[in-house]
Amino acid sequence: MTPRTRALLACLVLLVLAAPLGAQSGGVLRFCLHSEPKTFDPALVDDEASENVRYLTGGVLIRLDRETQALEPALAASWKVSKDGRTITFHLRKGLYFSDGTKFTSEDVAFTIRRLMDPQMHSSTGDAFRSGEGTVEVQAPAPDVAVITFPAAVAGLERLFDQVAIISAHSPKKEMAVLGPYYVSEYKPGEYVLLRRNPNYWRHDAQGRPLPYIDTVRLDIQRNREIELLRFRRGELQMINRLDAEQFSNLQKENPGAAHNAGPGLDAEEFWFNQSPAAPAPEFRKAWFRTTEFRRAVSMAINREDLCRIVFYGYAAPAFGPVSSSNKFWFNSALPAPKHNPQEALRLLAQAGFRYDGKVLKDSSGNPVEFTIVTNSGNAAREKMATMIQQDLSQIGMRVKVVTLDFPSLIERITKTFDYDSCILGLVNTDLDPGSQMTVWLSSGENHQWNPSQKTPATAWEAEIDKLMREQASSLNEKLRKAAFDRVQQIVAEQQPFIYLVNKDVLTAVSPMVEGAAPAVLNPQVFWNIETLRLKVPENGGTE
Amino acid sequence: MSAKSILRAVSCSVLFAVFAAGLFAGYLTHYSYALQFREVPNAAPSALHPLGTDSLGRDLFARLLYGTRISLLLAPAAALLATLIAGVFGGLAGLAGGWCEKVVLAAADLSMALPLLFVLLALRALMPLDVSPVISVVATFLMLGALGWPSSLRVAWAAARELRNSDFLLLARAGGSAPGRILMKHVLPHLRPVLFAQFWISIPLFILTEATLSMLGLGVMEPLPSWGNLLKGLENFSAVRANPWMLAPLVLLVVVVISFQLALPAEGELA
Repeated sequence: MTPRTRALLACLVLLVLAAPLGAQSGGVLRFCLHSEPKTFDPALVDDEASENVRYLTGGVLIRLDRETQALEPALAASWKVSKDGRTITFHLRKGLYFSDGTKFTSEDVAFTIRRLMDPQMHSSTGDAFRSGEGTVEVQAPAPDVAVITFPAAVAGLERLFDQVAIISAHSPKKEMAVLGPYYVSEYKPGEYVLLRRNPNYWRHDAQGRPLPYIDTVRLDIQRNREIELLRFRRGELQMINRLDAEQFSNLQKENPGAAHNAGPGLDAEEFWFNQSPAAPAPEFRKAWFRTTEFRRAVSMAINREDLCRIVFYGYAAPAFGPVSSSNKFWFNSALPAPKHNPQEALRLLAQAGFRYDGKVLKDSSGNPVEFTIVTNSGNAAREKMATMIQQDLSQIGMRVKVVTLDFPSLIERITKTFDYDSCILGLVNTDLDPGSQMTVWLSSGENHQWNPSQKTPATAWEAEIDKLMREQASSLNEKLRKAAFDRVQQIVAEQQPFIYLVNKDVLTAVSPMVEGAAPAVLNPQVFWNIETLRLKVPENGGTE
Repeated sequence: MSAKSILRAVSCSVLFAVFAAGLFAGYLTHYSYALQFREVPNAAPSALHPLGTDSLGRDLFARLLYGTRISLLLAPAAALLATLIAGVFGGLAGLAGGWCEKVVLAAADLSMALPLLFVLLALRALMPLDVSPVISVVATFLMLGALGWPSSLRVAWAAARELRNSDFLLLARAGGSAPGRILMKHVLPHLRPVLFAQFWISIPLFILTEATLSMLGLGVMEPLPSWGNLLKGLENFSAVRANPWMLAPLVLLVVVVISFQLALPAEGELA
């Protein structure tokens, strides 16, 4: 080989090494928070922006895999729950350090839990663990063993630790010393939060390389979703966590590679009739709303397929009940799919004594069936759904008026004055476990929206739901819990206290420059696997 | 014929045509404004749907015609109410002076200081839900008329105050005319051009206010159309870019507002 050939070969090798088109470590990943984070203290988080920062910076003992919806070990290599469900013992990974170099031990776990359960902290994360009267005991018998004992059994105990970011008992930086993949490096209120890679992060990839791959995450604070999308289109952002159906539909046309649909989410849009005895409505109207056949007929008359296709551009699925089909464990797959059947609806109404003369539906006393649907103004999707339901119900002779109210006025009516007939709102559901829905299903609950805060259950089926919800909350047997909540879903499908309309798809945007993204239905949908995301090198050589 | 006269004639013809189209909407389209053709949402203009369909598949041409009826009939009614209130109380304050003038002007100042939008929000929240869409739309415009008088009142008051010490009023008083007769026979005819101008100016203002209210979900109730809730569809810029025929209500609103301004007679012509 001549020196000239050798030089040429060397140049070729250099070129190949210098211009890889694959993903690289390092770089800056940019996306948006939609509000100012209220706190960086993981114990005090109760808003979405702070929760996202906590997810990116906090190290937890047990992590819920957003894709498989299964629990996996994180800072705890293993754990065991006692038979009585009150005690959980964690065996911690050894040789781990916080971002500032402080050693991680079981004392940190004890410190975090004591702080979380301190009533003075008013921590909503801590509230989820409160199972009964008494104090929570935390012991650290060895540097790598932590034992936590609760006053009573906590349903779905392990899953709750996904939200508990461990903070250091000894670090001078306190909650700013973290065990997660990133730490907060800079925060400019109203502008951005800058996160830098935690050099002491414990996880490595299959090849033994330290994670995360990306060096810096810049979270721009941007309330306006249209501007966020515009910036994404310009390439100034690499990801958007949630898009509405219309934005997604447009993005899909412009840049199909960037639009990612993770499927139906956990949130549901729902419609209910006011069954509160305190409602200032005529008695005959209240009687309609309390009639099961009436509610079932309304549910049957609504064309959910049309709602999905027209209001959500096809990016939604008809809702079966309180649990979305994307909730792999808790969804009751035996429930019948909601069917649009106006003829069957009329048959049910006839059974309940209603008469339809081809134009107007009347009750047994001759009162025409007329009522109002309220929803919050400014929510285009709900306004459209209400207008479509208005036309669907006119097919069975019901006269419906649609009224939009500003949100405070609407809340006043549905929670205090009960001066409304029916309402369309959305149920935001971030948790897979039904334990978080106790206030919705217990008849005494404030969020038991169709007839809240009952002293004793108004109906036999509500009494049965109360019993089943308490059973599932106190049981440690997952099979028994599932059976109890399956029955709750069945009762809800039969009685239709909430008429579930649609489960909106989880729609996200990810730049083709990001490799490894796998949007999931659980929060944080698009960056749940931030550690393994990489940025491709653009043609100009940078990573931004 | 001057260019001004031609412009005015054209403007009046446009207004007449738009009013007539609104009034005889039922003869110009056989579609209901509420009927949803769900198989063709956001359809482009065609022989069946001359202006296409909206996001729920409703015929936009039918909605525009019926919306014109509501906006163009009720906005002048609201303007008339506001101008009447302004004329009576402004005239009275300007003529009487003293404590009467102070009370009326303080009431006008107070009304102007109140944020109209929040007052309307509060009033809408207090209204019963169980009202028909027609009553709701009449109530909306009544509220607009009842709350939209202060600026016209100040103009009427200023004009009336100038008349207070005029020779012909002095003569009428000296001749023993009663205050009511002075107001009706001498003052109001002189205020007529001012009030007339205020009335014309208020019409597009109320159309636009209703449009704003509808965009906030406070105006005309669905499925009843109005120019306001038709303009709501323009919030989404990307949808408008994809379906430019959605701009039809905006174009009509602009044409009507300009026509109102051009059709307005000059001050000298009214006097």
